Amino acid sequence: MAQMEKNYIAFTEEMKDTHTILVPTMLPMHFRMIMNVMRTYGYHMELLEKSGPEIAQTGLKYVHNDTCYPAILVIGQFIDALQAGGYDPDKVALILFQTGGGCRASNYISLLRKALAKAGYPQVPVISLSLAGIEDHPGFRLSVGKLKRIMCGVFYGDLLMTLVNQLRPYELHPGEAQKKAEVWTERLGRELGAGGHSGLGALKRNYRRILEDFATVECEARDTVRVGVVGEIFVKYSPLGNNNLEDFLVREGAEVDVPGLLDFCLYCVYNNIMDYKLYRRVRWPAYAAYTLAWKYLLHCKRAMIDEIRKQGRFRAPTPFEETVQLGKDYLNIGAKMGEGWLLTSEMLELARSGAENIVCTQPFGCLPNHICGKGMMKPIKDRNPNVNIVAIDYDAGATRVNQENRLKLMLANARRIKAERESAS
Amino acid sequence: MSEKLALSLGIDIGSTTAKVVLTEGGQVLYERYERHLSQVRQKTLEMLEEMRPQLAGRRFYASVSGSAGLGMAEAAGIPFVQEVYATGEAVRRFEPDTNVVIELGGEDAKVIFFDHGLDERMNGSCAGGTGAFIDQMAVLLNMSVREMDDASLTHERLYPIASRCGVFAKSDIQPLLNQGANKSDVAASIYQAVVNQTIAGLAQGRKIEGKVMFLGGPLYYCKGLRERFQETLGLSDENAVFPEYARFAVALGACIYAEKNGVEFDCDSIVGAIRDSIGKGASGAHRLPPLFETEADYEAFRARHAKASVAERDIASYEGGAWLGIDCGSTTTKLVLISRDKEILYSYYASNQGNPVEIVRAQLSRVYDLCGDRIQICGCAVTGYGEDLIRSAFRCDEGLVETIAHYTAARHFRPDVDFILDIGGQDIKCFKIRGGAIDSIMLNEACSSGCGSFIETFARSMGRTASEFAEHGIRARAPVDLGTRCTVFMNSSVKQSQKDGATIEDISAGLSVSVVRNALYKVIRANSPEELGKNIVVQGGTFLNDAVLRAFEQEMGAEVIRPAIAGLMGAYGAALHAMRHEKSSLISLQELMHFRHDTNSAVCKGCTNHCRLTINIFPDGRRFISGNQCQRGAGGGKNIEELPNLHAFKRDMLSGLRGTPGPRGKIGLPLALGMYELAPLWHAIFTKLGFEVVLSPLSTRKTYEKGQFSIPSDTACYPAKIMHGHIEELISAGVERIFYPCLSYNVDEHASDNHYNCPIVAYYAELLHGNMDSLKQVDFLYPYLCLDSPKQLSDTLGRGLEAHGLHFTKRELREAVDAGFTAYEAWMARIHAEGERALQYAKEHDKRVMILAGRPYHADPEIGHGIDKLAVGLGFVVVSEDSVCQLEPKQSVHVLNQWTYHSRLYRAARYAAEHDGVELVQLVSFGCGLDAITTDEVRAILEDGGKLYTQIKIDEITNLGAVRIRLRSLLGALEERGR
Repeated sequence: MAQMEKNYIAFTEEMKDTHTILVPTMLPMHFRMIMNVMRTYGYHMELLEKSGPEIAQTGLKYVHNDTCYPAILVIGQFIDALQAGGYDPDKVALILFQTGGGCRASNYISLLRKALAKAGYPQVPVISLSLAGIEDHPGFRLSVGKLKRIMCGVFYGDLLMTLVNQLRPYELHPGEAQKKAEVWTERLGRELGAGGHSGLGALKRNYRRILEDFATVECEARDTVRVGVVGEIFVKYSPLGNNNLEDFLVREGAEVDVPGLLDFCLYCVYNNIMDYKLYRRVRWPAYAAYTLAWKYLLHCKRAMIDEIRKQGRFRAPTPFEETVQLGKDYLNIGAKMGEGWLLTSEMLELARSGAENIVCTQPFGCLPNHICGKGMMKPIKDRNPNVNIVAIDYDAGATRVNQENRLKLMLANARRIKAERESAS
Repeated sequence: MSEKLALSLGIDIGSTTAKVVLTEGGQVLYERYERHLSQVRQKTLEMLEEMRPQLAGRRFYASVSGSAGLGMAEAAGIPFVQEVYATGEAVRRFEPDTNVVIELGGEDAKVIFFDHGLDERMNGSCAGGTGAFIDQMAVLLNMSVREMDDASLTHERLYPIASRCGVFAKSDIQPLLNQGANKSDVAASIYQAVVNQTIAGLAQGRKIEGKVMFLGGPLYYCKGLRERFQETLGLSDENAVFPEYARFAVALGACIYAEKNGVEFDCDSIVGAIRDSIGKGASGAHRLPPLFETEADYEAFRARHAKASVAERDIASYEGGAWLGIDCGSTTTKLVLISRDKEILYSYYASNQGNPVEIVRAQLSRVYDLCGDRIQICGCAVTGYGEDLIRSAFRCDEGLVETIAHYTAARHFRPDVDFILDIGGQDIKCFKIRGGAIDSIMLNEACSSGCGSFIETFARSMGRTASEFAEHGIRARAPVDLGTRCTVFMNSSVKQSQKDGATIEDISAGLSVSVVRNALYKVIRANSPEELGKNIVVQGGTFLNDAVLRAFEQEMGAEVIRPAIAGLMGAYGAALHAMRHEKSSLISLQELMHFRHDTNSAVCKGCTNHCRLTINIFPDGRRFISGNQCQRGAGGGKNIEELPNLHAFKRDMLSGLRGTPGPRGKIGLPLALGMYELAPLWHAIFTKLGFEVVLSPLSTRKTYEKGQFSIPSDTACYPAKIMHGHIEELISAGVERIFYPCLSYNVDEHASDNHYNCPIVAYYAELLHGNMDSLKQVDFLYPYLCLDSPKQLSDTLGRGLEAHGLHFTKRELREAVDAGFTAYEAWMARIHAEGERALQYAKEHDKRVMILAGRPYHADPEIGHGIDKLAVGLGFVVVSEDSVCQLEPKQSVHVLNQWTYHSRLYRAARYAAEHDGVELVQLVSFGCGLDAITTDEVRAILEDGGKLYTQIKIDEITNLGAVRIRLRSLLGALEERGR
């Protein structure tokens, strides 16, 4: 396993009391719930939600400009918070997720530390949140119990996101679903924070309650096209990274379909299982643990799907076992850097579930996406001629007008395909 | 709904032109095509007023299309249709049997495939403009677009010109011009670059065939471009359609869309809506503070900078010795004549108009005229891109690399200067001075070189001169924020800001800020003035623009010195340098009167590279040859001392890998990416298993061209893109199988934290499989393998072969794998031994060593562009990173040291840092995401040992001019340090 040399400042037990941990934004609902969970364990955490061009500008000042855009944004957001957010640099820690994969994203942590040193904050500890255990921070160790609670944030977040996306274009009272989602984020966050149950029973009960509540949202039929969004995880989810892609698509009359964060977690777990199966590179006990986690997460997702189907009004996501199978004809599941095979599988999954119009988002120059995104578009289109994919690159220099122009072309074709199909039937 | 109307109006606002079409019952009633000079709404109103007679009193449908039309359409409430979609509408109506449409616009290129499911492609955000690009190139050639087109029709040969984007192409074209290449050949080559760019960037694996329609302004106007397209695509006359309405296709599509959409207007309502929209819809794009708050601020600024001037002396009153400096830059030529007291007697600064030899000839005769018998020219030195040509044309005493010339001038000016920033027409150069010697040099990468000439070209496109444009910038109230990437990005940022109603003042100031930020954050990567130095001198023609100078001071929060002769510093430095001469060999007035300059072209036969040479012939029979990649081509260089060159050594070793006929048939290994490292391993394994191994040959430009049709992602690195050509070559060689495995992990050398491959090396086979239809002709094996141990390799390989019906026993596999590892280890041992021998040789013969470090595949002659030979030509013993890294242990770095190839870089850098006479130059492929991380670490290791860090970014570019400057600057700096 990759072991970073120990030349970093660790987050100590004492810091738990003295330091506030700053968290970059990616998926606000998910992250808010997760942070509530962490607060019950005694951590002080704050979510950074500032956006605007100065974030990227700050990032460009402190990070090599050819680095991927998510690194520039995330690091820009941290440094901006330290410089302008009124935090005491001696009482602040930062946290970032680190996969430890072969993509350069594994180096965001190192780049962040270098940027901190350059900006004059070498004392700020950076916590690496990683399943691979790349670093050790005595004050921030994740037990199975903690992890289970954190995952609850992911499950609920995914469900809320899915429901909002399905309702938003049709609401009689615009904004109603989003409002409900925010109320639920608060409520579930509090529940998880107060030590509420994280077991499967509690999970199912909450799924049901959420579904019942969202089923009351009044809607009317509207002429929309369904658009799926896939891509590099940060620009796919973060409005800061993708210039508010979802809002744009909804404004243009689309129903947006974004696969959940749980799928990415499952993908990460699965890759470790495959490292054992393909190469025997993982030891058996670790393999067994990953298999256990895999089964647990699949089960939780299955429970969500069942509840959605039982309720009946909403479209349920695809079980992940099926998603895994979908891509196999195109790309080997050994391709595991970045979003890897998941990206290809998600495009196919979206197409199969009726979202044949797909936006594939990536930071400019994203290496894995050359292969798993842009590289798989031709084979996908060859075999699925109605699939309408557009690849959009994001970076500090790309302009919105360019991106929106491409999106508009994709949408114009989506409408044409829909009209042709309707006139044919 | 009311009765269907007959009239339909389509408005197409592109990046540079506006088009309107009015149709009645599908017939064109009126059409108009004009440049809008970024005044989108005013121009549309003007055009509508002109067609008022046709519109008056009638109702009609209308819609707007085009990349710059969206803002207006939204603000004025007119239906909008995306332009590619509009083109599709037009073609479906007028020419329904079309298979493919190629449409070039001002800044966009589009390809639409109509068969097998509609497929529309637009150029990626990095793949620069086309119409605007042709305009820029015409400016570079000092021709109108029409003249350039006419010239192209008489071309005799084509030069390879990089086709990724305008900036790259420019850095290929400029040296061609400077070396005296024929303009008609260059013009045709420019068109060919556009064609290649369209195919490589947009076809993405689909063949362009059948009936192909060509649309858009550039294809309507440029006959030469059409010819290039037709020839390259191999289209018959019937199948290449160049319709009369080529310029209006989008507007026609907008008419059709308007009919379908059914929103009605009359003349007054549409004019009123557009008029009301002026100033509306500005999306609040980010604005910057003004450069100058008040007129008084500007005056104070001017007064301060006026102090930094050089003494001038009336040439008519001077007698005695004088020294001449010539700076033949990429776009401008500068001359300075100085007196014994270093006063300026005469100076000249102008665009070289694509023919620097003629400019210098004219200037020399003027200088001789002014000197008369009173003044003797005692020495003459030349610097800049055209140094070699000018030096041999006019027998100058000395040539010196630009960086040294600039430092010489700045030092004269301010002896304690410790930082110099020079922004010229095409390059940014900056260097720190420590202890009286150049300490580190930074040059901009080819992808951001749109500096001064960019502003100039932009000014012209807006109908202003460069100085008028700068004047505008000074007065800007709210400069627009245009970003800091390459010019292509800036072009589209400008487009967006124009949409938002930015004034020319705001754009000018915004461009100045972008150029400055580009230099600061992209090239120097500094974040405070202290980091640069205490005494900053800025120079280069671009700093004569007060807006740029002010933007720099504002951005740095510091006052700097700009010599009044900012644009002449190179020439002045050269003149100062020439003062070491007392008697000059410069061409005499007599000879100058009979001076003639002819050029010929030829292909070098010195080696298999076959460089295309331009031979300049001067009246006394002297010749100057350019275009050569090594000294051999320069004529008579056969006796050059053969210094050790590990890159050549590795190439020879690879070329020596031959297969032996075996019962299992032929298996091809593409010699690209990871194969450069592991060829000996796979070669031995497959030979042992009974295959005849066929290795594709070393790459040439042709290799790339053979495969460029199937590249899906044009921003991937060149070493990856060239892989497609290697596959094609293997297929033509008649192999039954091709093998290129997927390897998440590379060989573990136990000198890093993990041992990954980069995602491209690891999984490129997946992309090949998905995008290369020709691979269906063979059995393509790309199993996921593990190199951690012989057992893991033979297990994974066995499964991989099994899946293709190739059965081997466990024992056969294990023996083959063991043989493979033995061969691989022996191979690496040879490389290590040769590396150490080269180091020893350098020590014994007192030579400098250059570790030309990158990845194993950078040894490829096409990917490395012969930089290794260039370095040998400059007197370096050249070794590779993988031939010396074994001499150092694992390095402790600030990043995750998790890639095998990269860990070698760190170790090689450490070796350079700790050994005298050993330098490291890092080769970085454009688009390599991982090197954004490694470069800073390599630099840190070198600087830790007091060494200079030099980085060379390489791509498809074949021009070695910039690389030469960099390497010579390195040499110059080393010599200065040694003094």
